[in-house]
Amino acid sequence: MKFGTAIVVVGFFAFAALVAAGFGIDGPFRQHMGVLSFALIAFIGILLRNSEFKPAAPIGPSAYMDGPIRYGAIATMFWGVVGMLVGVVIALQLAYPDLNVQPWFNFGRLRPLHTSGVVFAFGGNALLCTSLYVVQRTCRARLFGGDLAWFVFWGYQLFIVMAATGYLLGITESREYAEPEWYVDIWLTIVWVAYLILFLGTILKRKEPHIYVANWFYLSFIVTIAMLHVVNNLSMPVSLLGSKSYSAFSGVQDALTQWWYGHNAVGFFLTAGFLGMMYYFVPKQANRPVYSYRLSIIHFWALIFLYIWAGPHHLHFTALPDWAQTLGMVFSIMLWMPSWGGMINGLMTLSGAWDKLRTDPIIRMMVMAVAFYGMSTFEGPVMAIKAVNSLSHYTDWTIGHVHSGALGWVGMISFGAIYYMVPKLWNRNRLYSLRLVTWHFWLATLGIVVYAAAMWVSGITQGLMWREYDGQGFLVYSFAETVAAMRPYYVMRAIGGAMYLSGALIMAWNIAMTILGHQREERPMSGAPPVLQPAREPNQWA
Amino acid sequence: MNYNLMREFADSWGLVAMALFFAGASVFVLRPGSRKLADEAARIPLQDE
Repeated sequence: MKFGTAIVVVGFFAFAALVAAGFGIDGPFRQHMGVLSFALIAFIGILLRNSEFKPAAPIGPSAYMDGPIRYGAIATMFWGVVGMLVGVVIALQLAYPDLNVQPWFNFGRLRPLHTSGVVFAFGGNALLCTSLYVVQRTCRARLFGGDLAWFVFWGYQLFIVMAATGYLLGITESREYAEPEWYVDIWLTIVWVAYLILFLGTILKRKEPHIYVANWFYLSFIVTIAMLHVVNNLSMPVSLLGSKSYSAFSGVQDALTQWWYGHNAVGFFLTAGFLGMMYYFVPKQANRPVYSYRLSIIHFWALIFLYIWAGPHHLHFTALPDWAQTLGMVFSIMLWMPSWGGMINGLMTLSGAWDKLRTDPIIRMMVMAVAFYGMSTFEGPVMAIKAVNSLSHYTDWTIGHVHSGALGWVGMISFGAIYYMVPKLWNRNRLYSLRLVTWHFWLATLGIVVYAAAMWVSGITQGLMWREYDGQGFLVYSFAETVAAMRPYYVMRAIGGAMYLSGALIMAWNIAMTILGHQREERPMSGAPPVLQPAREPNQWA
Repeated sequence: MNYNLMREFADSWGLVAMALFFAGASVFVLRPGSRKLADEAARIPLQDE
């Protein structure tokens, strides 16, 4: 029977969750286990409806396994819209505090929902589905391990649901970008190890002798995230039936562990993984090989060796020893080299084909992503310099920087990859509409510009107000005055975010129509190759 | 094994080993004759579909 084992195993866990919901020692844990039990029972329902008794059709071992990738593309789009919507809501909450709905939908609970929603749910699903797409096609091998890919996909979705509902119930470890409590962390570890086995197994059974560079980046992302996740979440639960746990580290060691994790989550989740995407999808969409393959290898090793030390720049002017702060600053500045090497490599892939920028909105999106990669990796090291950091730290400038990287680089390159993959995965000739991609491109780009500009002004204003002393050494502004000064920028930020979200909604519509098999009747993109004209004779000018 | 031992190892032999690995990897990538192999590898994504 199809799914027979899965139904029994999931049923067992649904029952165990129900028992835990009854015997949990704290209220949030009981509610969370109830949510888990409900989610698992709903999943059993899906499995039962799709189960059948006739023997499965044999699958050729050489065919690519694209089912989980199709699901992953849809999940990316879905979580992307959810995560960005929550982002706009919390931006409005900062401008209009009355929008805080207690207790489940206040800023404190929605903020991790937004960060995890866009980073792990949107970005994570984008990485998951593109990595499985790329590894099969560059290794010329079907995914390793049969249904392992389905386990990884559904296991990851369960992690997202448990993390998101946990935040709303008030369950948190308060570790930045790693808020889920111990039992959700253990589940993610299991799923992640399965992902590593799936990816590595596919590489090992490859038919292409060389491992293409995109796979190196994806593999470094998977391996490093496994290491970071396990070390950062070393903790002791109060009870096996309770939601609370305590970290294995304390004081400044805990802070350093958190930012070693936090910055490398940026470096290996949001950078290395998406660079893997860049090294496959930009050459594919431009139909040209990467500018310099040798530069891409040096880019890889330089990134690996430098990024891991940069975390302490989040802890300037704290109890962290000075040498560690300086180490973090110096390595952050050295990161300019691989970042810009990678950006140049991505952009120059288009050399000799720059006209595609006029005719192909998807390549335009990818180029904008790479440009934002260059800009935010220029800004980051500047902010890591202690003198600059003394102004920028804890201000909205940091938020603006994060979003120029996240919306500009991570978002745009993922959109580009999804736009490229979806017609291929569903065997469509083209997208539903290229003109809608242009709309998405401009809404997203202008949204980022509004967002980042508002946050620069607000952050620098905030930083200057905080450290303004009068002649007698008293602070000039109270904290409440600095908050009030931010109001107009918070409204502008919400507008920028709403523009970006509306672009994503247009994309969701475009992708849905493409999957359903529609093609919009529309004028082809302007800037099609101009018709050649005969050279003028000199006497024509007479 | 305590903090000081690890710290000393990290800023001496550990640092040397990593720097040498990186230098070695860079030299290997740029070795004579690697251009042709690199150009072939760069075409891997384009040979599919």
